[in-house]
Amino acid sequence: MIVDGLREAGDFELSVIGDVTGLARQVAAFNPDLVLVDLENPSRDILEGLAHASTPMERPVAIFVDRSDDELTKSAIEAGVSAYVVAGLQKDRIKPVIDAAIARFQMFSRIRKELDATKAALAERKLIDRAKGLVMSARGLSEEEAYALLRKTAMDQGKKMSEVAEALVTAADLLK
Amino acid sequence: MSLRRIDCGFIPLVDSAPLVIARELGFATEEGIELALHKEPSWSSLRDKLVMGRLDAAHLLAPVPLAMSMGLGGMPAPLDALSILSINGTVIGVSPALAQKMRDAGLEADLTDANAVGKALISQAQLPLTVGVPFPFSMHAELLYYWLGALGLQAPQQLNVRTVPPPLMADAIAAGEIDAFCVGEPWGSLAAQRGVAELVLPGCAIWRFAPEKVLSVRRGWAEREVEATAALMRSVWRAAKWLVDPSHQMAAAEIVASEPYLNIAPEAVERTLGQSVVVDRSGLVRTVPGLIEFFDCAATFPWRSQAAWIAVRLATRLGADRGDALSVARTCFRADLYRDHMKGLGAALPSASEKLEGGLSERIAVAAVQGEMHLGPDRFFDGNVFDPTV
Repeated sequence: MIVDGLREAGDFELSVIGDVTGLARQVAAFNPDLVLVDLENPSRDILEGLAHASTPMERPVAIFVDRSDDELTKSAIEAGVSAYVVAGLQKDRIKPVIDAAIARFQMFSRIRKELDATKAALAERKLIDRAKGLVMSARGLSEEEAYALLRKTAMDQGKKMSEVAEALVTAADLLK
Repeated sequence: MSLRRIDCGFIPLVDSAPLVIARELGFATEEGIELALHKEPSWSSLRDKLVMGRLDAAHLLAPVPLAMSMGLGGMPAPLDALSILSINGTVIGVSPALAQKMRDAGLEADLTDANAVGKALISQAQLPLTVGVPFPFSMHAELLYYWLGALGLQAPQQLNVRTVPPPLMADAIAAGEIDAFCVGEPWGSLAAQRGVAELVLPGCAIWRFAPEKVLSVRRGWAEREVEATAALMRSVWRAAKWLVDPSHQMAAAEIVASEPYLNIAPEAVERTLGQSVVVDRSGLVRTVPGLIEFFDCAATFPWRSQAAWIAVRLATRLGADRGDALSVARTCFRADLYRDHMKGLGAALPSASEKLEGGLSERIAVAAVQGEMHLGPDRFFDGNVFDPTV
């Protein structure tokens, strides 16, 4: 998705590094003008290191945020993207790329959050279903009664229903 | 009454403990602040968020605020170091093959003799030696350059210092991308346990009292937020005092290791707090006096002379002006704020804000304007003494 967004922003040669082992070598091999990185990526410090380690023999790399455009820097950080640019690269050449990256990162992080929330809700529901089943068979209750008992227990203990369910499921697994 | 909220970023390492304890055990609340802690994925992200105002304060590598105030690095901006969060805490490991060669060459590993270990490393490694550190501006890097430089290794021709995030250090040495590393615990011990590295020296064998992490804010924040700054500094100081009581070690380890923070086995944190490391895959545990310090011997006081040592090393290494570096050092480590805000807490306040670095072999009592003050051993491995006034 991000790649497509960047393609639309202009004519660029793009390379995506998925596997971070040998990241330094991969970056050197591709020899890019611009490196975009997710702010939440723990490997970002490796790029930071490369930016400082460049000797006069290599192409100097500067962090994009050279402070000449604080607004752009700020919106990039808000969006969760950071960029490293070869020094001397024309500003008007990189601006559209960064803008596109910011827009795509925002969209991407929204989708990611939605997905995480959905996943968590699904996992909780599964857990409650299992706990309900355990209560039903152990106490001979109906589905509604089992659910009501779980909810009451959670309220009495000041816990979330999923927490009570998790405790029950764990205990049941241990006693198997 | 609603508490003043302070957003503080940290990297999940054992030395973030004073911040975690300040929040979890209510020291922050007692001082009137809500200390919101944000786990950050990398030092660069933490730095950027602090500079851009997304965070009020940060757990930073001691050289970072100095380098940034000197205009070095990716996002230069003036920062203040309010207090020292931890002293020492790093370890140096080499690949098992290199460790074996060093032993074959007659090295008796005892984790104390930086001279012997350094000489064996230089003579047995294939040059240039590639060493992983967590960040370009870090005590890890400065200690390495200082140690191997003093023993004759030339940087950058013979010493290639590479940035590798601590959780990836074990993978990097296993893959042969680096020959050695200098990393904060527990990552060194974890690599040793996995059998991909052997620990040969703790950082404290190079400099016995090296400032490792600092509590940092943007320049000007402390002046605008006087009450919040005082509350933050005081709560973190109280947390550090609590942390070093041996009877609190187990509880501290549980809290710091828990999911919102380090999210690792509490045993690994407890071992570090107990000043011990795992040396190799056999699981051999060694105790290292001074492995990591949080409180004793004025550990939290931001000595201007510590700042000067780091700034001069950075300037020399990167070709910046020494005089400029020294003037940055004088303003960056805020001994003045420490004196203002720690009054009445019982914190020891020294009579001077600078001292000789590397001059002490033993713990001694020194003159203080408040409290009883001791300084601990702080020798450099080569016996040099750094005088910030020269």
